[in-house]
Amino acid sequence: MKLLSYFRGEVFERGVHPPSEKEATADRSIRRLPYASTFTIPLSQHIGRPPKAIIRVGEEVVRGQPIARTEDWLSVPHHSPVTGVVEAIELRPSARGPWVESIVIRAHAGASQEDLWGQRRDLADATPADLLQAVWDTGMVGLGGAAFPTHAKLSVPKQAKVHTLVVNGCECEPFLTCDHRVMVEEADDLIVGMRYAMRVTGAVRGIVGIEDNKPDAVAAIQAAIDRANAAGVPEGELFVEKVPTKYPQGSEKMLIMALFGVEIPSGTLPISMGMVVNNVGTLAALGRLLPQGRGLTERVVTITGPGVARPGDYRVPIGTPLKFVLDYAGAPAEARQIILGGPMMGQAIASLDVPVTKGVSGVLVFRKEDMLAREGQQTYPCIKCGECIESCPMGLNPSTLGLLAAKREYETMGSNYYLGECFECGCCTYVCPSNIPLVQQFRVAKQVLRERAAA
Amino acid sequence: MSATVEIRPAPHIKGPRSVEKIMLHVVYSLLPVCAFYIFQYGISALAMMLVAVAACLLTERWFITTGTQSGRLGDFSATITGLLLALTLPPGFPLWMGFVAGTIAIVLGKAIFGGIGHNIFNPALVGRAFAQAAFPTAIATYTPSFLPGRFTEFIPSSLAWPLMTPPDAALWLKEKHLDALAGATPLAKWKFEGILANAQDLLMSLSGHMAVGPSPLLILLCGAYLAFRRYMDWRIPTAILGSAAAVAWTLYAVNPGHYPSPFFMLFSGGLILGAVYMATDMVTSPVTPRGMWIYGALIGLLTVVIRYYGGLPEGVMYAILIGNAATPLIEQISQPTPFGKGGIGKPKRRGASYPLNPSYISREEAAAVTPKRQFLKNKPKRDSGSMS
Repeated sequence: MKLLSYFRGEVFERGVHPPSEKEATADRSIRRLPYASTFTIPLSQHIGRPPKAIIRVGEEVVRGQPIARTEDWLSVPHHSPVTGVVEAIELRPSARGPWVESIVIRAHAGASQEDLWGQRRDLADATPADLLQAVWDTGMVGLGGAAFPTHAKLSVPKQAKVHTLVVNGCECEPFLTCDHRVMVEEADDLIVGMRYAMRVTGAVRGIVGIEDNKPDAVAAIQAAIDRANAAGVPEGELFVEKVPTKYPQGSEKMLIMALFGVEIPSGTLPISMGMVVNNVGTLAALGRLLPQGRGLTERVVTITGPGVARPGDYRVPIGTPLKFVLDYAGAPAEARQIILGGPMMGQAIASLDVPVTKGVSGVLVFRKEDMLAREGQQTYPCIKCGECIESCPMGLNPSTLGLLAAKREYETMGSNYYLGECFECGCCTYVCPSNIPLVQQFRVAKQVLRERAAA
Repeated sequence: MSATVEIRPAPHIKGPRSVEKIMLHVVYSLLPVCAFYIFQYGISALAMMLVAVAACLLTERWFITTGTQSGRLGDFSATITGLLLALTLPPGFPLWMGFVAGTIAIVLGKAIFGGIGHNIFNPALVGRAFAQAAFPTAIATYTPSFLPGRFTEFIPSSLAWPLMTPPDAALWLKEKHLDALAGATPLAKWKFEGILANAQDLLMSLSGHMAVGPSPLLILLCGAYLAFRRYMDWRIPTAILGSAAAVAWTLYAVNPGHYPSPFFMLFSGGLILGAVYMATDMVTSPVTPRGMWIYGALIGLLTVVIRYYGGLPEGVMYAILIGNAATPLIEQISQPTPFGKGGIGKPKRRGASYPLNPSYISREEAAAVTPKRQFLKNKPKRDSGSMS
């Protein structure tokens, strides 16, 4: 198949084609999840330092009210997802395992849960700096999964200039459809968000890159662009572009490769080539929240899995306990594995008490029989078939890296075999016929190297 | 919700491939080759295959149950070793020697290194090399194909008692009044007698009672299937055959009287079998794509050199073994270039739809927008106009 793919003109080399599994949810419109009785909002939901809680236990909060604030650039404020009373500010379990400082809010049973906070504002004449501050105030982080503070991503350092805003609508992870539905249903919000982001960054061009398995999303966004162009004075040009369906097309460097045919140099960000990449969900949420002056209190989450009774994309208030989400969606009683995010890079969780946070794009439920074909498989020594090399989007040599990792030669991995380039997409483990946990070993190796560098 | 949830690190899904599947597909693809080989040479060939596979499996089983090597019988790698070994031995090879060669293939070729994934040399070729050294006469004695009565009667040398000198195949052929055909491979004939076989006989091995091995065309076909399903890497056979053809053609062009044509070089002897099934053994060939080209080119070159200038008529086996030995070194110099470390800032592949700078940005603005430092080797291209 590699031979054939060469003639098809695919745009980044290698990668894998896992089964998409999106059929169950791709055509269902986004539904609203009801409000749970208690909400847990971890202070640290993003990359960077946690903000400080600004409410006290026992205080009444209304939906959309800021409950945590920060002065730290790499941090964002939080807003109450619900009208209720602050029950506790204490340590609660998080998806990654450790208990983290969280605000627990009990919802008022009778509250209508309208947005009572925030004022509409006219941003037509706002300066980029004002807009950036407004973005920061929404508490927005990258909704694609990495949860990097959006204002930090949109701010352009002095020495760089941005010409293009790339909007990532690839959603290459199997099972997930939340970005897909957002593009279909909230295309106009997305266009508004793109305009803001382009104004903040100074980009003169905005391109939405969508994998070609979502033609309806492409059509919806094209229609929205046409409407926007017809309606008003455009600030820069907007485009929507199909890119080949392939994992990990949603990695920003791979998407840029598909759109522009250039490799972002190793060790630099897309901004070094004049580009800023944002997720569609992020910009659609910005487009809706910014003019209303509100904060991020809910997000679209794909809840799916082979045994789930009511799979779909739900608008979930931030802080909703996972147990509530799963009960509502009808997770099967024999569920054995719960994954936050997609199946390739997502995080399996140990406790159903963890909340949905800003970075959760999907909740996958696997029963015993759905879990991994690899369950019954034996692990063999590396037979050097080269599948991992043929699949590594970063062009590394996972085979040799894996052999070195087994010998704990982490320094060699880092210095001679570019371990630092690995972004843990999991392609090598996915294809490995010997069933070797390659990317898992690389995570350990990177962690050890980080610790050694710190020591 | 059940009481237990399980935690595993990502990725949580797994591709369809497994070692068993890869090896099983290689076995499947070998079946037509083996069937035709048996059709050519009769029950002696069939018996040799059974004995070789049995020897490999028994040895492997012993080493696995004693815990000396990794893997298991169900991975089919020992089956492949046995089948390939049988295909490289002459059809009338004494069965007990085949059994010894099969055992040696696993012991010296695989088990002492630690089993599947750890061996340095292709086990089948180790067995073949041992047989070549230990039984030089028997391994050079080929009987013609398509002998009458081949399905009812063993070639007498096949049934030789262990440690006894096998009966002379030439005598047996004389009894059958077939002595005109008696037994050398086309390569040996060319090397020692200067007789070139014609193309059709080499390709089809259907007519004329030629003493050729398994059918090259069939092997190429089965190899193409494997390569298409990506159970084998297409680069290695391509590189081997390409480099062998190139070297042979060069020599042929220089002195057509002295050297045979590249066609003869490719389709005689075990080159096709070696290139398609032996050199492509995953464990003993380089893992890097660039390394596969180097490795293949090296084997092709060595094959021609050994055949032309060495004392033996056949050079594929030693060429591949040398290639196996060179594999770690080849890997060292052929590591892939990581993303973003190669030709930076320059559009690389087809399919790129947008110029890096929008067309309505002036040249000055484009220069300002394009980053200064490391990527300016390639000036931003002025866009020709169309945007999508």
